[in-house]
Formats: sequence, C-alpha cells, structure tokens
Amino acid sequence: MDFIIILQAGVATGTILLFATIGELFAERSGVLNLGVEGMMLIGAMFAFKIAIATGNPWLGVLVAILAAGLISQIHAFITITLQADQVVSGLSLTFLGAGISVVLGEGLSKAGTVSLLPQFSIPLLTKIPLIGPVFFTEQSIMVYIGYLFIPLAWFYINRTRPGMHLRAVGEFPAAADALGINVYRLRYFYVFVGGALAGLAGATISLAISPGWFSELTTAGMGWIAVGLVIFAQWNPIRAAFGAYAFGALRRLILDIQGPTVFIGAIGNFTFLEMRNPFYYNPYWGFFLQMLPYAFTIIVLVIGSREAMRKRLGAPAALGNPYIRGERGL
Amino acid sequence: MSETTVPLASRLRSLTLRVEPRLKDPPRWYPLAVTVGAIVFALFLGGILIALSGGDPLRSYIHIARASLGSLGVFSDTLVKATPLIMAGLACSVAFRMKLWNIGAEGQFIMGAFGASAVVLTPIIPAETPSWIFIPAMILAGILGGALWGFIPGFLKARLNVNEIISSLMLNYIAVAWINFWIFAVWTEGGFQMSPAFPKNAWLPRLTDLAAEIPILSGLTTHLGLILGILAAIVAWFILYRSRWGYEIRLIGDNPQAARYAGLNITRNTVLVMMLSGALAGLGGMSEVTGVVHRLQTSPLAAGYGFTGIIVAWLAKLNPYLVVPVSIFFGALILAGREIQPSGIPKMIQGIILVSLIASDFLIRYRVHIVRRGQEA
Repeated sequence: MDFIIILQAGVATGTILLFATIGELFAERSGVLNLGVEGMMLIGAMFAFKIAIATGNPWLGVLVAILAAGLISQIHAFITITLQADQVVSGLSLTFLGAGISVVLGEGLSKAGTVSLLPQFSIPLLTKIPLIGPVFFTEQSIMVYIGYLFIPLAWFYINRTRPGMHLRAVGEFPAAADALGINVYRLRYFYVFVGGALAGLAGATISLAISPGWFSELTTAGMGWIAVGLVIFAQWNPIRAAFGAYAFGALRRLILDIQGPTVFIGAIGNFTFLEMRNPFYYNPYWGFFLQMLPYAFTIIVLVIGSREAMRKRLGAPAALGNPYIRGERGL
Repeated sequence: MSETTVPLASRLRSLTLRVEPRLKDPPRWYPLAVTVGAIVFALFLGGILIALSGGDPLRSYIHIARASLGSLGVFSDTLVKATPLIMAGLACSVAFRMKLWNIGAEGQFIMGAFGASAVVLTPIIPAETPSWIFIPAMILAGILGGALWGFIPGFLKARLNVNEIISSLMLNYIAVAWINFWIFAVWTEGGFQMSPAFPKNAWLPRLTDLAAEIPILSGLTTHLGLILGILAAIVAWFILYRSRWGYEIRLIGDNPQAARYAGLNITRNTVLVMMLSGALAGLGGMSEVTGVVHRLQTSPLAAGYGFTGIIVAWLAKLNPYLVVPVSIFFGALILAGREIQPSGIPKMIQGIILVSLIASDFLIRYRVHIVRRGQEA
C-alpha cells in the first residue's frame, strides 16, 4: 500500500465533493439552502453516463448533466423563492425526486457496457515536484485540474468582484440589496441554478471520470449530504471547502485501500521504521467500522465547525433559509 | 354588449393573476381539496414521466390499484407495508412539529430492529420464553434502540448547535454499517448476510395465526404491529394536542423566540423530542423485524421506510391520526410498485407527490385571483 497512491486517488475523489460543496456554497451564500444536492448529483451522474453511452462523447454527457441538474434545481428555486415554501422540506423533496427520476431513467444503464471516459493526463514539469507532483499532477482526470483552477476563481468571484458582492448582499441583507436596485429574486434563482449545475458536474465527475459507471443510488452513496455538511464546516468559504473536500476524498480512498495488504510497512526511502500485520486484513469484519468513518467524521467536522462559528461569532449568511418577501419587515 | 365583440384570444391575454396573502383562515374543506388536487396532479405528472420512459401510465396505475386493494389478501399485504410507515411517519411528525428536521428515522428504525433482535439473538431472553414476555421485552428494546439513535443528534443540536439534518442523516449510514457488522461477524447464519430466524414465540402474532377459529383469515399476514402503530398514533396525538409537553413542542415549533421568553427549556425539549421521534421509529423497526422479516437482515429493513415516513408526515400535515390513512396509501404504492417496471417508479412518484404537496401549500397561504387587466385596483 503506497501512501502516495492513496493521496493521489483521494484528490480525485475529493474533486467530486469539491464541485458539489462549492455549488452548494454559492446557493447558500445567496440565502437559499438546497438540501437536494444528493438528488441533483444523481441526476448529473445518470445523465452524463447515459448521454456518453448514447453519443460516444463524454463531453456532451458532462454538458447535459450540468444542464439537467441545473434545470431540476429550478424546481427548488421556484418553490422556495417564488412560492416561499420551507427550504428544508423542498430540498428534501428534491433529493427524493432526483433519486427517483435518475433510477427510472437509468434503468438498465448499469449493464450498458463500456463508455469512453474523460481524458487523464500528467502535467509535464509539475510532476517533478517531490510529493506534490505525484499526488496532484500525475495521471489525474481533467476534472481534477479543472477543480484546482476552480477554487481560487470561486474565492475571487465571491470576495473580490462586483457580482460576488451582490451575491453576498442578497444572502446577508436582501432588503438592503433590493433597495440598491439588485434583483434579489433573479439572483437567487441564478445561484440556485449554479448550485445545481455544479452538483450535476460533480455527478458527471463520478460516472465519467473517478469511479465510472452507474450504480443507481449507490453511485453517490451520500456524498451529496457530506457536501452539505462540508459547507457548514467550511463556513461558506471556498478555500476551506476545498481542504475539507480533499481531506474527505483521501479518507474515502484510505478506507477502500487499507483492507488490501497483509502487512503495513512504513518506509522513507530505504529506511523502514514500521512493519506490522494489517489488522484490517486479518479481521475483515472491522471493515464495517471503517465504512462508518466518513459519516462519523462528517459529524465530527460539523461539531468543530459549529463550535468555531460560535466562538468567532462567524456564521451562516444572515438570510439563509428565509424567503425574501418584498415589503415585509425583517431580513 | 361591447364585450362580445372582443376576440377571445385578446380577452384571455388581458387576464392576469393577482396574489395576496390570506387574511382569514380558509374553509375547513379547502386544505383537504388542495392536498387531493396536489396528489392528482402528481399522479398525472408521474404518468407523463412513465410514458416518457416507455411505460403505459394508465396500465401502471390500474395495476397499482389492483395489486394493492384488489382482494382481502393483497389489502392485508398493503397493511403490512403500511405498518412501518405509520411509525416512521409519526416519528417525523413529532419532530417536524417542533421544526426539528429529523431525517434519521431510517437509522432509528434500523437501530430499533437491532435492539429487538438483540433480545432474541444475544440472547438476553432464552428462546423458549413465552410470547407474553418476549414481545414486551422486544418492544422495549426496539424503543430504546431508536431513542438512543435519536438522542445523539438531539444532544449534538442542543449542546453544540450541530445541524440535526446532517448529523441524523449520517447516523443512517452508520446504523446500516453497524447491523451489517453484527449479521456478518456475530449472528451470521452459515456465512450468509443474515441472522438465524427468530423462534416462533418471538414473532408478533398475525391474522393467519387465528385461521383455526376464523378460516377466512388464513394466509393473511397483517400482524400486531398495525395495532401498535395505531396505538402509537393515538399516544402521539395525545402528547401533541392534549398535553402540556405537546403545547411546549408546538409553541417552540411555531415561535421559538416567544417560547424562550415564556421560559420554556428549548435545550431539554430538543433532546427529548428527538428521543421520542427516535423511539417511534425504533418501534417501527421492531415491528418490522419481529412481524415480517423474523430475522435481522439488512435489505428488507433498510428499505427506505424512514425516508418515506418524511413524505407521509408531510402529507398528513403532521397530524398523527392522518398518518394512518396516508401510510396505507403509500403502503399500497410500495407494495404494488415492486412489480412495475422500471423499478424506480414508486420512488419517483413519491418524490413528485412531495414536490407538488409543498408547492400546493402556497394555495393555502395565499389567495390567487384571476382579474381582468385594468380592473385590478
């Protein structure tokens, strides 16, 4: 078991969470909590795979995944922004709806055979950097590289641009934003769409790049929910979201790989400092406890995030969860 | 008379929708009519999607009706499917009433089943113990298992301000891994992914057990869990609407600020309501494992009853009595849906029903007028 390989695969898995988490972060920054991430990811994963098989072109699959998930997110936008219904229940129903639709339309896809995947390549020169090169820049999917570019762009957009300022205004104090002539409703629709589109991209990243295929609801296995949790841990900051996403990706990989070898060998170069029998190999039932880890860690990460938020008096966008009703008092 | 000379198309174009908040409560029949309308609309929409995916919507729906209500036998099976939904729906109803978003009924259900199974399999009680000791012990263990699993997110929410939606949902996955460990590593039957079957005296009595006296009941699998579910509904209704505690729950749900000023202990109520919710879901898990499955096994228990319970609770408008008929409706959908292709259809229809229900709430909160332009003021 080579630690570098685990980290390398962890970065790839983390990319899925990265897209979903930052997408949800955009929606929440505009004041709309969307718990439908899991459903939108399933829609994205299913459509990406289905279209890629039908047309032979994975990029067309990615495009349709983004549009389909973005489109279904607009149901949530309509219900919560225009009809002003509860965001929690509406988001939940979107998860049900997305899962149901993707299972129905994805019928038979799991046996559909091979599909051409998104390209994988190494970045010349950068691979030579010790540790960082092999982990981040060797034989990764193009989606992983897009992810790297995406993190600073998202941060810059939210914190340093005018549209980003409008986004924050709409999420913190919509009445004031409205008074300044910002169209609160339209912006919220737009950022819910962005959240959906990125969840769709995350889904496409699963089914066409990181763990190819369509395994019905097991395709996402709760990653959409972990993404929702990571947004809280990240305190609505894309840089922290990226750290969380990659850490969770590595954890998921570690759990998959740790049960394989018969011995653990800890080595730096030729110097071996650890050699022990792998307890997870000799006690395969311990694997069930390993499976709990990502979910348990999500809870732990939430505890840390919530404590920190209380201490620093940081927190969610002030208007998160509240519909904006023009002419009514309050946020 | 001049109206008749205006062409129809332009008359339609001059109509606009005007929306205004309702100032007084709508008549009593109105919310019911809106709900029924939302379900009909959802079934219609589901029909379109079934047709799009290559099925025959009308035949699918007729099949669902016949395969769930067509005879005494299948109606009994519908009730069997409805039983766990009643408990899960009640679990969600009490939590949602306090605006606690317990999405973990699924995990609490599984831990209830685990608790009940532990009584038989550990064994805490020897296998030849009579039913009248066994069944209460298993009920108690099931309630405890579920309540414990509800306590965790409740405590985290109350003390550490951890979002209960995510934590309760994560505990679902942990619960599945937990029982998987037990049925693989400890209680496995010959290496298969299930525990040995429970002894007969640890089964909840079924209608078919009375077939010797009443022949018509032969083969009917409806079990005591249904009675437990209806009793639980009555208890939940009394707690919510006839007790001081229920009053506190509803006040906190409707207006936490006012509740805090009134001196209500929100921290304690958060933990207690999550435990009550978990206990109800755990009762459901116990009823399913001892009434239907008769062994600890993952797939028939973790079949999404806890998630469907969320929809049931919402459709029943969080009213414990209404949870019972709504559960029967969904029981029919799940039972008959098993034979329909593609297999995701019942799940999709559930999702559509929930979406259109939530959207329809708008019609209850607001009046929508159709007015001719120019006459608005």
